[in-house]
Amino acid sequence: MAVTDASAHGAYVSGDGRYDVERHWRDLNATRRLYTIGGLVALAIALVASLWFANETNAGKFFDRLPHFFDFVGDLIPRDGWEVWRALFDLPSPYDTGSLQYNYPVGRVYITENLYVPEYFYKMLETLNIAVFATLIGFTFGFIFSFIAAKNLTGSRWLRFVVRRLMEILRAFPEIVIAGFFLAIFSLGPIPAMIAVAIHTIGALGKMFFEVVENADMKPDEGLRAVGGNWFERVWFGIVPQVMPNFISYFLLRLEINVRASTILGAVGAGGIGEALRLSISRGHEAKTLAIILLLFVTIICVDQLSAWLRKKLVGKQAFEFGR
Amino acid sequence: MTTLTADQIEDIERRHPDAFRQPFFKRFAYPIAVVVLALYTVYAWWFFSIGSVISNGNWNIAGAYLADWVSYEVRPDVEYKTGDIEITYPRFSPLGENPDPSWITTERGLVTVSVEGTDTSDSKPASTGGAGVGGSFMSPSSDATNTGGSGLMNSFMSPSSDASSMGSSADAGGGTSVVTETREGIAEATVEISSTAKVQITADEIRLTRSGETVVLTIDRKNEKVFPVGDLPSWALQKGEGEKVIAYFGFAGRAEVRWYEVKVNRRFLGWENFWFDTRSPYWGKTFPEVMALAFSGERIDPDRSNLAVMWDNIVNNAEWQHGDVWIKLLQTIVMAFVGTLFAVTIAFPLSFMAARNITPNRFVNQILKRFFDFLRSVDMLIWALFFTRAFGPGPLAGISAIFFTDTGTFGKLYSEALENIDDKQREGVRSVGASPAAVQRFGVVPQVLPVFISQALYFWESNTRSATIIGAVGAGGIGLKLWEAMRTNSDWENVAYMVILILIVVFVFDNISNALRSRLVEPASKE
Repeated sequence: MAVTDASAHGAYVSGDGRYDVERHWRDLNATRRLYTIGGLVALAIALVASLWFANETNAGKFFDRLPHFFDFVGDLIPRDGWEVWRALFDLPSPYDTGSLQYNYPVGRVYITENLYVPEYFYKMLETLNIAVFATLIGFTFGFIFSFIAAKNLTGSRWLRFVVRRLMEILRAFPEIVIAGFFLAIFSLGPIPAMIAVAIHTIGALGKMFFEVVENADMKPDEGLRAVGGNWFERVWFGIVPQVMPNFISYFLLRLEINVRASTILGAVGAGGIGEALRLSISRGHEAKTLAIILLLFVTIICVDQLSAWLRKKLVGKQAFEFGR
Repeated sequence: MTTLTADQIEDIERRHPDAFRQPFFKRFAYPIAVVVLALYTVYAWWFFSIGSVISNGNWNIAGAYLADWVSYEVRPDVEYKTGDIEITYPRFSPLGENPDPSWITTERGLVTVSVEGTDTSDSKPASTGGAGVGGSFMSPSSDATNTGGSGLMNSFMSPSSDASSMGSSADAGGGTSVVTETREGIAEATVEISSTAKVQITADEIRLTRSGETVVLTIDRKNEKVFPVGDLPSWALQKGEGEKVIAYFGFAGRAEVRWYEVKVNRRFLGWENFWFDTRSPYWGKTFPEVMALAFSGERIDPDRSNLAVMWDNIVNNAEWQHGDVWIKLLQTIVMAFVGTLFAVTIAFPLSFMAARNITPNRFVNQILKRFFDFLRSVDMLIWALFFTRAFGPGPLAGISAIFFTDTGTFGKLYSEALENIDDKQREGVRSVGASPAAVQRFGVVPQVLPVFISQALYFWESNTRSATIIGAVGAGGIGLKLWEAMRTNSDWENVAYMVILILIVVFVFDNISNALRSRLVEPASKE
């Protein structure tokens, strides 16, 4: 950044007309240092105050509870190494006394007489389905809204304004409130989580989509306009082919986020693997917890890797630009 | 318009084989995608049995819940079990104790009361009922119609004479008896639901009026039944003969008529008692009155100034719990702030070790990168659940959860950014003989700092949102409070209040983060 305004340097021009660069530089540096130190001090004060506040309002105090910080590791040690796999695949456990802790086969979901899906795989599938279906709904509506919200395709300012504000509201509204509201209507189950995630996704994807659309090359559109294409034809043949790779890339990125979101919503009552995890942790079922975490961990890594690979194929290097 | 000949068409086709002879999947990509999506939708529909869930949903309650966001209900019960009308309000009614709203008017008159008890009750003084409820004092005309009406009803269905004779026979058996007596009490109550809708209540007959349409319900107290006179209009429902009748008056409210009482729900737009609850001395006062009392009134509490009392009353408002909500909101903010800051502080040095161009040690690089992946992939939820067990519910758990997850995320992002830096600057600094630390400081950090700060701010913003959600599993902050308010199904106005606060916070932090980003990052990245 070059400052060319000579008048700003007036103070550094000495009597004989020489411009004292050195002194000016030193002053600027001092100001900058002052700001940096001031900023850091403010940050430190905010941090200390925050920590104090967090500690004061917490149920357990930090230093009292610090020795228990890694208690959860102790909660995770199974009776023997095979226990985790038994819990994961619903095989009978030698420790089974009828209590909830080791009753793995109870959760089996039978497809045929002998063939079953282990409980946690089924729940994971449920969570994944919530995420996928919700992302698809979000994609569909985001797709439609994005063309209406884009400046280069919609002339009406009011329509644009309305659609953009609508998407903003959908995006900003806490997912958990939507889920809670629909839980009250549908009672417990995965549908409220799906609706909540979908609504949020419409807003989030819609915003990213219309930014892509606004950056699209308008020449194909111009060509279609020249041969008399109507609005739908122009969008479908002129814009959609260019933006589709980016759209799908954002879709996949959103899918990764939504898998996590639906897990969390599951934990607060919307079913799926999240609920199983919360129950198992709070009841102290070490093998079950470990099995669920393992499953969740592997699934999230798989989804992330698959989506990264697909995005790389679709849009190349720019797919790795991070965004939420 | 010229038409193409077949030769010309073939010629064009030959010149552009890539446009006309596309591979199968490319050609039918959209139809295939649509079919796959349709199949998946069908599958998901079946998997979640969406159809039945939606049709079994409690849809009529949804409207009431939505209305609760911006309005409140007052629920007086008009009871006439004995024949004498009594109006009661539930505890914690938004109208405070002993309310006398202008939309309920009562008329006094002679009522026939059936009293359960010993025979000596005949000598009771005549004016017992209806204490504390103000109403227009009886006018002769209404008095006449009321007593006439009830007398007619009584003789028609003859419960009173029946009751008295039965009472005396029961009395002969030596137990309690039911006797009737005529005394002064509330003979009629009128509840105005809206300007066009009202409920007129006497002990034997209920008149429901909605936009000019009136339905009359007769009450058979002896057989404990309610009978409509004629057909019920579409806005009133009765499930079975003689059962309770529910009349809907749209947004304004509804009335449930049972044989012994009418439950009225009247809805008012707005948030009731938002600043002061009904126990507060400031309750029910207008703003100038409150200000006058706070600054110049006589001391309510001799130990404190009126202003302090006012503040205390607001913060400890029983219905809205402002103080608690604000503290929880601050916890959410703190969780996001501290968690992100700690994550940045830890991830910054670690990312230098994880970047293979800065630390040329494959083993350390890989270990750290896998460690970051682990922190990131074990979800924030799992960390939150664990740390809630370690620290107990509260923001410390939330801070730790955000800290662990984001250390992974930042580590990954930062080390990727470091691996993409321009090596020339480092070389330049190194070539003039700088120490390794100085090479990093002057050759690497200036390049990546804008990216680092920008990402840190971005996640700070996004964590403010996610801190709300993990709060609901017990990790502190407003999430749990929000969730509890929703689970009671009756505090939707509190939910609305908290949502608005959250939206304001998110909005403010978006702007702070954007402003900081443009101050700190943009000048450097413009170049």
